Amino acid sequence: MRLKHGLLLSAAIFAAWAAGAANAETILNRGNAAEPSSLDVQLVSGIPEGNIQQDLYEGLMAYGPDGKAIPGVAASWTVSTDGLDYTFKLRDDAKWSDGSPVTSDDFAFAWRRIVTPKTAADYAYFLDAVKNAEDIRNGKADPATLGVETPDPKTFVVHLRAPAPYFVGMLVHQSTFPIDKALFEKAGDGYSKPNLLISNGAYTLAEAIPQDHITLKKNPYFHDAANVKIDTVRYFPTEDLDSELKRYLAGELDLTYDIASQQIPTMLKDHPKETHIAPYFGTYFYAINLTHEPWKSNVDLRHALSLAIDRDVIVKDITKGQQIPTFTFVPPGTSNFPAWQPDEARMTQAEREAKARELIAKAGYGPDKPLSVEFIYNTNEAHKKVAIAVAAMWKQKLGINTTLKNEEWGTFQADRNNKTFKDVARHGWIGDFDDAANFLDLERGNVGANSTSGYDNPAFDKLMAEATTETDLAKRGVIQQNAEKIMIADQPIIPLYTYTNKHMISPAVHGWIDNLPGFNLTRWLTKD
Amino acid sequence: MFSYTLRRLFGAIPTLFVILTIAFFMIRLAPGGPFDRDHPLPAEVKANIEKTYHLDEPLVMQYGRYLGGILQGDFGPSFKYRDYSVNDLIYQGFPYSLSLGLAGILIAGVVGISSGVFAALRQNSSTDFMVMGLAMTGITIPNFVVAPVLILFFAVTLRWLPAGGTVGGWTSYILPVISLALPPTAYIARLTRGSMIEVLRSNFVRTARAKGMPERVVLLRHALKAGLMPVVSYLGPAIAGIITGSVVIEQIFGIPGIGRYFVQGALNRDYLLVMGIVVFYGSLIIVLNLLVDLVYGFLDPRVRYD
Repeated sequence: MRLKHGLLLSAAIFAAWAAGAANAETILNRGNAAEPSSLDVQLVSGIPEGNIQQDLYEGLMAYGPDGKAIPGVAASWTVSTDGLDYTFKLRDDAKWSDGSPVTSDDFAFAWRRIVTPKTAADYAYFLDAVKNAEDIRNGKADPATLGVETPDPKTFVVHLRAPAPYFVGMLVHQSTFPIDKALFEKAGDGYSKPNLLISNGAYTLAEAIPQDHITLKKNPYFHDAANVKIDTVRYFPTEDLDSELKRYLAGELDLTYDIASQQIPTMLKDHPKETHIAPYFGTYFYAINLTHEPWKSNVDLRHALSLAIDRDVIVKDITKGQQIPTFTFVPPGTSNFPAWQPDEARMTQAEREAKARELIAKAGYGPDKPLSVEFIYNTNEAHKKVAIAVAAMWKQKLGINTTLKNEEWGTFQADRNNKTFKDVARHGWIGDFDDAANFLDLERGNVGANSTSGYDNPAFDKLMAEATTETDLAKRGVIQQNAEKIMIADQPIIPLYTYTNKHMISPAVHGWIDNLPGFNLTRWLTKD
Repeated sequence: MFSYTLRRLFGAIPTLFVILTIAFFMIRLAPGGPFDRDHPLPAEVKANIEKTYHLDEPLVMQYGRYLGGILQGDFGPSFKYRDYSVNDLIYQGFPYSLSLGLAGILIAGVVGISSGVFAALRQNSSTDFMVMGLAMTGITIPNFVVAPVLILFFAVTLRWLPAGGTVGGWTSYILPVISLALPPTAYIARLTRGSMIEVLRSNFVRTARAKGMPERVVLLRHALKAGLMPVVSYLGPAIAGIITGSVVIEQIFGIPGIGRYFVQGALNRDYLLVMGIVVFYGSLIIVLNLLVDLVYGFLDPRVRYD
């Protein structure tokens, strides 16, 4: 009798355990670089923030498993013949995490909010292509006048100020995501708190402990919930890359945000299958200060600096992350942008150096009159190593005396942005959405913020303006390419390499596809 | 003693005020601002954000606004972590730093004092040299070296303990506490040994022994009490430093304490966060120093509060 009870009990325990195992929630632990600056989707601009928001929300467009834009909340859309009016039909099954439907009003509300000056959003300018957006964010027009319309709850119409063929591609960005209007009307600016936030993506916000972790839980109302396999995802701030790697190796993280360059060779050797390195939508470059001489009017000198840098040595021996040496600014693989290479890309390094010596002599510098360059970079080991190598190359090949000056981040940004650096400054840029304008706009002298180098060439600006309104994507790509050719010939910046995305991915995680934008939404992943 | 404590606390107010004022204006001298970005924001957008945080006002007005807030216990918003006020960040982070720090200082005190006494009693023996040798090593090896080695061994290789974060519960604290406690343990051991050796040779210990008191009583009641004076004066600021968080340890172990806000706040030009931490840290040091002075009275009968 006793034995029988015992057996029954064990059977019951086993059944409970088996059921528990079957229902055990799958948790994905992601290293995510930094504590997000906010959970309010409209206030953030960084990549760690983007990772979280892409899991929480879905915009009209969304990142697919391979990083390509696919329809998100938008079921379909039409564009008027003049390229100015976009009419989006929203999916019928798009729901907020409280079960209420996502309506065009939610989009209109969110878009009006982000351009409203009071919101104080970094990315207030992201929607500048929309009619009146720029005037509204500058306080010259009422937010109600934004070029959006909501004829019915499932139709969202956008009026642009000028044709913008890249517009649909922009809609994967978190700055264009909807906000639950009903929630905001109740909760106000504090709407993004855990257990309050209502989102429309694959996940909802469950917990946020500053500097510790952020927990997202699967959203049962998400239209594709049936295919979302990971129940819980935790984002950990991992500012120290060595610590992040140790936490990964100890099995606490399923994937890392990055890999420190000094660790890459070891990881490739010891964990080749887990080490993912793939091209990224970003360029590492140096900006030359063109606001004063000798740089302002001396293009030969700028070319000489660029030619003397052996980019292969930099990526092979210094950064070691399989970065791609480059002489152009727009990264390879950018949609609708025909790839091209300037002449120097086809030369051997010896030829480049010979030409560099010729150019620097022509500019009037040489052994008896050596050029001095002051180079600033933000305090960071990786930047320092590259800077030391470049300075050595300049010294060895051209006799240039380089003073390296590291500056703490805040000071560095101020110096670089205000052009108060003397000669050359380190720079790097990651595109927000798949379009060449993301990069080339940084060199426009006549729009918004100043260009990175104080570059101002009307011919370049004119082509860029032309590209903005060209609706034929192929033609537009050619115009952008011509613009980049002008810019690279002027060499206001020295592109060094295309960034790579570097992650350690646990063998238990499946569905990870390395991609150019660098977004891998948790909804596309599975874990054993 | 009560009136002494009150007097000291009131006396702290002008000190805090001076610290606060200097910090407020000094951090503004640093180039750059909280809303500088990799690529500069359009001027209107930046102006708008700055207006939201009253950064467009004259500095004196901002100072007045800040003082007004402080008087109501409001440290203002964080510019970098926009979902949180400085109060939130300190309130949420301090318990982590506090528990980590208290555990660390407790271990440092117990282990440091006992090994110091132990070594002092066996002065110049091989045990003494060994303990002091270990202590010297503890002082000289920085914890940013010790911590990764501990992680590598106990978390990555053996997988006994978590490598970071707080998800592992109390086990998450073992390695950080050890790393944090090591230098003060070593320091306390050396301090205790030094002062105990001196005290053991003093007249009142000789008297106690001459009276025929048991060695245990001589040591614990007479010698140790006096021998702890230098340790206590070290402990005041050490406790303040250790419980307000160690930047290095918190960063390496991913502990969400307030230590990192010292450095990150300054790097991000998160003015009010830095100010909040300065004021918080300042008050804590003042209180702990007062406590140290009160403990002196307990340890040394010659100290009088009047």
